[in-house]
Amino acid sequence: MHIHAYEKIWLAASVLLILFLLGSVTYGAVGPGVAMVSDTEQTIDPGALDETDRFSEPRVEQVGENEYEAYVVARQYGFQPTPIVVPANSTVTFYVTSADVTHGFEVAGTNLNTMVIPGEVSEITVETDGPAEYGIVCNEYCGAGHHVMQGNLEVVSQSDFDERTSGGDGA
Amino acid sequence: MSEAIESDRTFADKFPEEARVVRAALLGSFLALTLGAVFGIIQTLHRTGVFRGVIASSDYYTSLTAHGVFLAISFTTFFLVGLFTWAVVRSLDRPLVDVRITWTWYGLMAAGMTMTGISILAGFTDALDMSADVLFTFYAPLQAHPLFYAGLAVFIVGSWIAGADYFRAWLAWKRENPDERIPLQTFMVLTTMAMWYIASSAVAASVLIFLLPWSLGLIEQVNPTLTRTLFWFFGHPVVYFWLMPAYLLWYTVLPKLAGGRLFSDPLARVVFVLFLLLSTPVGIHHQYLDPGIAEGFKFISMTNTFFLLLPSLLTAFTVVASVEYGARQRGGSGLLGWLTDLPWRDPAFTGMMLAGLMFAAGGFSGMVNAGMNINYMIHNTIWVPGHFHLTVGTAVALTFMAATYWLWPQITNKPIYSRAVGLVQVVVWFIGMALMSNAMHAQGILGVPRRTAEPEYSSFDYPAMFGGFEELNVQIAIGGTLLFVSTVLFIGNLVLTMGNPKVSGLAETLPPALSGPDDAPRVLDNLRLWVGIAVTLVVLAYALPLAAIINRGGLLGPGVGTYPVWLAPLLDALANAAATLLGAVGDASVSLAEVIR
Repeated sequence: MHIHAYEKIWLAASVLLILFLLGSVTYGAVGPGVAMVSDTEQTIDPGALDETDRFSEPRVEQVGENEYEAYVVARQYGFQPTPIVVPANSTVTFYVTSADVTHGFEVAGTNLNTMVIPGEVSEITVETDGPAEYGIVCNEYCGAGHHVMQGNLEVVSQSDFDERTSGGDGA
Repeated sequence: MSEAIESDRTFADKFPEEARVVRAALLGSFLALTLGAVFGIIQTLHRTGVFRGVIASSDYYTSLTAHGVFLAISFTTFFLVGLFTWAVVRSLDRPLVDVRITWTWYGLMAAGMTMTGISILAGFTDALDMSADVLFTFYAPLQAHPLFYAGLAVFIVGSWIAGADYFRAWLAWKRENPDERIPLQTFMVLTTMAMWYIASSAVAASVLIFLLPWSLGLIEQVNPTLTRTLFWFFGHPVVYFWLMPAYLLWYTVLPKLAGGRLFSDPLARVVFVLFLLLSTPVGIHHQYLDPGIAEGFKFISMTNTFFLLLPSLLTAFTVVASVEYGARQRGGSGLLGWLTDLPWRDPAFTGMMLAGLMFAAGGFSGMVNAGMNINYMIHNTIWVPGHFHLTVGTAVALTFMAATYWLWPQITNKPIYSRAVGLVQVVVWFIGMALMSNAMHAQGILGVPRRTAEPEYSSFDYPAMFGGFEELNVQIAIGGTLLFVSTVLFIGNLVLTMGNPKVSGLAETLPPALSGPDDAPRVLDNLRLWVGIAVTLVVLAYALPLAAIINRGGLLGPGVGTYPVWLAPLLDALANAAATLLGAVGDASVSLAEVIR
């Protein structure tokens, strides 16, 4: 089979591009340690979330020095808790599950984004920046009221966070 | 000279029965295109907030389901079977074995799509206790009417028989021509259909084993992750099923339109073999953000996905080289000067070239989608529809429309009503899509979700970039309107063409490739081998993930409910009717018994 010299060069460049793309993702995972949504969590009965410790009362909890966990329930058509309040410059792990159908959990304009599938718990860890307010959208069609399903994420300063949690407003 | 032209017979002259099938398939395809375009313009104006008077926001999802199913399944597949019937018969230069079989698969596909279409459109009215607002992906536990799933199953079975029809024609040809290489177009058809059998087996299993029995109330629940995974097993290769007919046209028709011939027949075969091998073991890349699937499986899927870039990159080279060869045959010269020597006034040529150009852009946004980590920025945002309106919505759709300007006269003996309008049409499509798709990509980066009736939210504003959310909405609305105008021009031109009288002298031939099939290693034509490797790759990519998913959630899922529960009132009504009937039968039998006594 005759292959033109230009075509060989093109083929080599194409393979290099592919290897570069693969290499960049591999580097992201191995180097900076970008962890992605995986099968780390056990399955859960979406009809019995009230009986679980984490999701009977969706909330944000401190679990270590500057480390927090947020337990979030998505259901037709909203998120609990709302707003989700977390401290700035901290590490927050979100555990998100659904009480009914498949939803999405996306903090608009950021890479905090996951599918929320009934029966499964999505685990995703992020580092927060400075204080800011974000919108949360459900980005998977979940029924006739899908477009009203929204939430808020408030990244607040550590002092504000301490004040709001000690105030006992449940955030 | 005139005698020579008179003696050139078109496809319609040589194979009138097959030409009728091709016409029927293409007309089915264009009917779906028309319906899809109507829902498209309604959605463009609704979503962007320009005009929300046609449908309520809660009905937006009925419209979106119709838009997706009619365009992505019906328009594409009907065009494909029409084109493939033409390509097989033309390249083998023999009729199909039994045209009654051909009409059978056409009838099944049409009946299946009608069933599914009715179940979707019924969602617009409360008069019928039926709906299928589950979108093109029908993720459980959202549930559609059984007619929706049954129609899909019938449609897929029809497409399987179509594939068998093509294989049968090839086998008959092979008996007559034992030592010849498979003609290129037939080779492309057979590899594509082999890929389709592998891919559609999963969605057929999902529908027949889980979703249809579940919608009939025979089983109470399904495993959402399992049915999602089976959908995407099919859902990625289906995009290549749409794309392969466009590739067939770019490889075998476009070079001729440019005034030349295909650069390399062997490389075209290599490309189609690569698609057969790599199209399916990649579907999990649509599920990078799914919980319940291990990161390792996602990584394997990503690796396969990136290698799937290879056949498209090779195609870019071969197609451009073939077009350049055509231009130089027409007297073109210079490094880029040859570009001016191409037949830009021909709507078929210009449409396909613009489609190919947009496919390149779509390829680059696809690389972003395929990257596991940057995918988090754009997953399920409107970036994704922005991407696939470049690929299926332009590379495929615009190529099909452009090819129609060339193919339609071959199968009808009627010249196109206005080639000038055709040229305007393909250019308007390009401009409209450039506006709409670009703005959709940009909104996606702001975090604007896809698949929503009202992307603006009461409790927050999107970050401002690229001119901001509102300005991008205007671009989307203008682009979408131009696309609708383009569709109207296409359909109108075709309807007027049908009114044209039949003429002779429309026959076109396709020249053989510069480097012919004899330069291709024989092993390329060994379909058994390639199908065997393709199945092995699919098993390697899917056996463990599927086993893990079933192991986690169970075959029928971890206790997930059913939404919407539209079936309950119907079942109640049935139960009441049955009770009344049984009561009546009981009364009747009692009185009958008394009479007999």
